[in-house]
Amino acid sequence: MACLLMAGNLLASSEKTYRIGLTAVILTDQTSFLKEWQDYLSNSLQRPVQFIQRQTYEEVTDLLLGGDLDAAWICGFPYVRNREQLKLLAVPLFNGEPLYRSYLIVPTTDSVSQGIVDLKGKVFAYSDPNSNSGFLYPQVSMIREGLEPKHFFSKTFFAWAHRDVVKAVADGVAQGGAVDGYVWETLSRHEPALTAGTRLVSKSPLFGFPPLVVRRDISPANFSALRNALLKMASVTEGRRLLQRLNLDGFTEGEDSLYDGVAESVRILEGAQ
Amino acid sequence: MKMGDISYRIKVPLMFTLVILITASVVTLALTWRAYEELREEVFNNAVEIGSVLSNSLPNAMLHDDLWGAYRLVQAAEGWSGETSSRLLVVLDKDGRIYVSNRPKELAVTTPLRAHGAELARVEAEVLRLTGDLGPRPYEYPNDQRLYVILPMLSDGVAMGTLVIGYDRALFWPRFIAIVERVVVSALLVTVLLLPFGWYLGNRMVKPLGHLANCMSKVGRGSNEEITCDLRQGKDEIGRLGTSFQQMLGELDEKERLESGMLASERLAAVGRLAAGVAHEINNPLGGMLNALNTFRRYSETDALGRETFDLIERGLQQIRETVSALLVEANPRSHSLSPKDVNDVRMLLLADVSRKQIRLDWRNCLEGDVALPSTPIRQVLINLSLNAVQASPEGGAVHCLVENRENRLCLSVVNEGPNISREQKLSLFEPFSESATGNGLGLWVTYQLVHQLEGNIEVKSRGGRTQFVVELPIKET
Repeated sequence: MACLLMAGNLLASSEKTYRIGLTAVILTDQTSFLKEWQDYLSNSLQRPVQFIQRQTYEEVTDLLLGGDLDAAWICGFPYVRNREQLKLLAVPLFNGEPLYRSYLIVPTTDSVSQGIVDLKGKVFAYSDPNSNSGFLYPQVSMIREGLEPKHFFSKTFFAWAHRDVVKAVADGVAQGGAVDGYVWETLSRHEPALTAGTRLVSKSPLFGFPPLVVRRDISPANFSALRNALLKMASVTEGRRLLQRLNLDGFTEGEDSLYDGVAESVRILEGAQ
Repeated sequence: MKMGDISYRIKVPLMFTLVILITASVVTLALTWRAYEELREEVFNNAVEIGSVLSNSLPNAMLHDDLWGAYRLVQAAEGWSGETSSRLLVVLDKDGRIYVSNRPKELAVTTPLRAHGAELARVEAEVLRLTGDLGPRPYEYPNDQRLYVILPMLSDGVAMGTLVIGYDRALFWPRFIAIVERVVVSALLVTVLLLPFGWYLGNRMVKPLGHLANCMSKVGRGSNEEITCDLRQGKDEIGRLGTSFQQMLGELDEKERLESGMLASERLAAVGRLAAGVAHEINNPLGGMLNALNTFRRYSETDALGRETFDLIERGLQQIRETVSALLVEANPRSHSLSPKDVNDVRMLLLADVSRKQIRLDWRNCLEGDVALPSTPIRQVLINLSLNAVQASPEGGAVHCLVENRENRLCLSVVNEGPNISREQKLSLFEPFSESATGNGLGLWVTYQLVHQLEGNIEVKSRGGRTQFVVELPIKET
């Protein structure tokens, strides 16, 4: 890994490389797939492309804001928070729409719970404090129910990835968890044994799908090159194959208003604090 | 059936089997104990190894309350061993509550350990009891499902919590079963190999004993000479038993022989005294009667009938005197010394009877000069014995006579091939007028008396178609 990064740095210094940050909004543990996608984009852009991964959303967001990345695939939550400095590059299409939901899951051994209120005093798994589906939405839904999120559960923890939330719930470490609906659906295709250990209790309303964003100061040439490369994927065979692996239908330009719901949640959370 | 009734042929192999069984049990016990000790040591080492690997990252995760991180560490630690199902890893916080475990479904996060059964409650008590102790330590309780190792998780010397690793005791079973299987197979193999050997040894041990028992049952029921007991001679117990038995038989024989000899000689002595006494009492009046008769015949006139009558009486009295003097045997010491010629004279006397019965006479006279013994009684003895032998011998049989001078003793041996003399006959063989005797029944009596007066002895052996009389007479130096 260190060698890869060093090689990346060397390339970056010699020729302008597109550096794209990835977060756990997608299944980032598919290294071979990411390599193929990276090669595809390099080919498409006629310039080297390098994916950069970090443990948390915050680190990737900070790298983007700090100018270390040209683009990043982050959650709607950090995008809304940093909307002054960021703009949408592309929004993925999931089931034909640029939308997704947050899922509340419990272990299959729990056949009783019907909603988050039934999980009082239990251990609950969030994915990332900067995740809309894995943190913001469940917090806000508790506030809406008049519950105190900090004291409602006996214990909460961050699994730092949606997949790990599913695993934590399936293994029984947590008795409930909030997970990206898209990730859960994709996992149920790739690793049905894992999602089989969980039961879907409730789905949130629709939110704007975690977008690929860039800094507002990006050069128009780069912006359009990157955007075109992404939008074009659905029309090329190789691109469609890669999208299929991602369980996505393609990318769209996206409207900023897609994230109004997230912005509303942020206001509620900040108001509660 | 008592133990004592069972043959050694069965007992010895049984004992072999028993010894093998006991040995196998002891070996199993020892090996099992060792395997258990090894397992405990292995478990402890394994736990300490896991503890040392986790000692950096796990306290750190707890310090940052990174439950997921801690869970991943615990899961990774579990993965190091192949037997994932048998190992339990529980991380406890300072209050003994479960921070995380590798079985979150059973041992839910945040629940106290004591809520999960008596066994884990004891473990929790042990953990809390030794809170100040910062080293790893084993914990074991009889009949618990697991062996535990308690490892405090330290961050900069401060205990952040405790890692408890439980190892299923069932781990031990495959080893135990393997040991038992191996020992049982070996024991069976050894048993199968040793049983025939035990059978053989038992037989070998018992055979001489059985033989001896058979021999002993014969003792006292007949002549000991007929008992032949071919026991192995040697220096081991059985060999010594055989030797002793043969010795005992010999001694018994000797004793019996002495007893019967003594009895016979006592009887003969008594008979001799009686005969002498009677002869003396008869001889006195007899002498007087003969004198009176003689005087009367010389000085009186009698008719023919009277003379005839007196002659008849005189002849009768003479016959009484002869018989009595025959009973009153007396070796005449005044006769000349025995010479080889005296012996040959006896042979001459026999020849008529020998040729009549067509007997082969093997006469060996080994005397080379005169012997300082009176010739008359010895000639008498030799005549009696050899005539008896010729009479007893079947037609065409052989009679052996041997006369020799052997170390100051004169030995006479006469052998015939006539019918054997029974034990009963032997008892009264030398008595006068004995029922079995032929002739006047005084021949052997006279012989015996003569031999005794010469301070010798006479023996008879009659066995297997041979009857031998042996006379030994001491030669006194003059």
